[in-house]
Amino acid sequence: MADQQIIMAGFGGQGILSAGRILAYAGMLENKNVSWLPSYGPEMRGGTANCNVIISDEVIGSPILNTATTLIVMNGPSLDKFENAVESGGIIIKDSSLVQRTPERKDVEVYGVPATETAFNMGNPAFANIILLGKLIALTNIVSKENFEVALKKTLPSKKHSLIPVEMKALEFGMQY
Amino acid sequence: MGEKLLMKGNEVIAEAALRAGCRHYFGYPITPQTEIAHYLAKKMPELGGTFIQAESEVAAINMVYGAASAGARVLTSSSSPGISLKQEGLSYIAGAELPAVVVNIVRCGPGLGGILPAQCDYFQAVKGGGHGDYKMVVLAPSSVQELYELTVEAFNIADRYRIVSMIMGDGILGQMMESVEFKDVENIDKADKSWATTGTQMKREHNTTTSIYIQPEVLEKHNQKLQAKYRLIEEKETRVESYNCEDADIIVTAFGTVARIVKNVIKMAQKEGIKVGLIRPITLWPFPTAEYEKYADVPKAFLSVELNAGQMVEDVKMAVNGKKPVYFHGRMGGMIPTQKEILDKIKEILNK
Repeated sequence: MADQQIIMAGFGGQGILSAGRILAYAGMLENKNVSWLPSYGPEMRGGTANCNVIISDEVIGSPILNTATTLIVMNGPSLDKFENAVESGGIIIKDSSLVQRTPERKDVEVYGVPATETAFNMGNPAFANIILLGKLIALTNIVSKENFEVALKKTLPSKKHSLIPVEMKALEFGMQY
Repeated sequence: MGEKLLMKGNEVIAEAALRAGCRHYFGYPITPQTEIAHYLAKKMPELGGTFIQAESEVAAINMVYGAASAGARVLTSSSSPGISLKQEGLSYIAGAELPAVVVNIVRCGPGLGGILPAQCDYFQAVKGGGHGDYKMVVLAPSSVQELYELTVEAFNIADRYRIVSMIMGDGILGQMMESVEFKDVENIDKADKSWATTGTQMKREHNTTTSIYIQPEVLEKHNQKLQAKYRLIEEKETRVESYNCEDADIIVTAFGTVARIVKNVIKMAQKEGIKVGLIRPITLWPFPTAEYEKYADVPKAFLSVELNAGQMVEDVKMAVNGKKPVYFHGRMGGMIPTQKEILDKIKEILNK
């Protein structure tokens, strides 16, 4: 796809912002233009967190997304808030472990992945975000698995590099699901 | 040329300052620019520089005055309420003709306001927020790459003219990440700083830096010298990007983040057969007046889109000088105009 506009949203602490950052970094490694914009308003403290990621062949104009090609949600309130921002024909990926409600939209593709539950069973619930990115990558080919792994190395502090093989397993799970 | 990195705007400002040879930072934390101080708190000591979190913004700007007097490349950064506190110091630094770089990652006001993006400090920056007839060069980047290039340039301009350069951004630019390449920096320490108060070592007369001139004849001469300098800067340092203006139905003026939104609007409008041009002032002062003279006969009207109640539009009106109608569209309080909203405004103007 030439232009991917992704809104990722959930609770603070679920790794929403860092998942967006890894994705943007991988996009940059694909020689695409990328932007990553976090919500930095007062809602960040203890509430919802979201970020806008654009990966494009063209120069990026506004980094602010009023609409998105893909929405990834890790809690119910985020689905309520952003469901209508998805373009017709777009994609909603939800963490079905935490988001019970089915989106009402009939003109978008909806995928539920039990990301938090699976990540918990894999030994680290913090990788739920990576599982959801795996689903996104499988659906859109937005970045390659190889570049995703390099992006993990570039964005994680070196003391966390030992976790990368497990994160790649989490990504695999999401891609296969 | 280095490798491409993915970095936050605020961190890029800090890295640019270091690469431009700045080794002194004085500041006081405030959202949404604290990453600048955070980055420099770590890196400055590693490079043998000075990082001081001052007791207040007033203290910080006077520390800047001191370092600049000694001829050092020096940076301070803040956000709107903090920049207000720095106005007295900025006026003194301007009066004493010292080079310094100030970053304002603007938030919405008035008062404590909110932390979201705004451009409501335009008047304060370009018309002189402090007392007296003085100017600062005000640079308005609109991408993370440009934050790097213009921060480096801010130091060069400051040294070249012994003036304060201000980088004016907003929380979107400061908080967003984009790819950036750190191109090699030229002109570090090339400026003549024989005026600096570096100690005479008993080999020369004392240098002094001051903004007090008690004799009216002397003070008027000092002011005339400053004004001559400002006219030279207007001639040499005005920067602007014009986009699609040659056959535009309407020319929009926007800077920083808003200019990026307008670029999307241009694409949307093209699909509907409306030709929208953009004049993006890169220097807010000096304002690119000549660009409006160049294109005044082209469009039906001009439109200024800003994150305030209508500030830059006054400079647009002066530049257009009555040749065409000038309209305004603005949002306040941290609200950002959508692309559709701007396009609707354009259609409304063109259908008049």
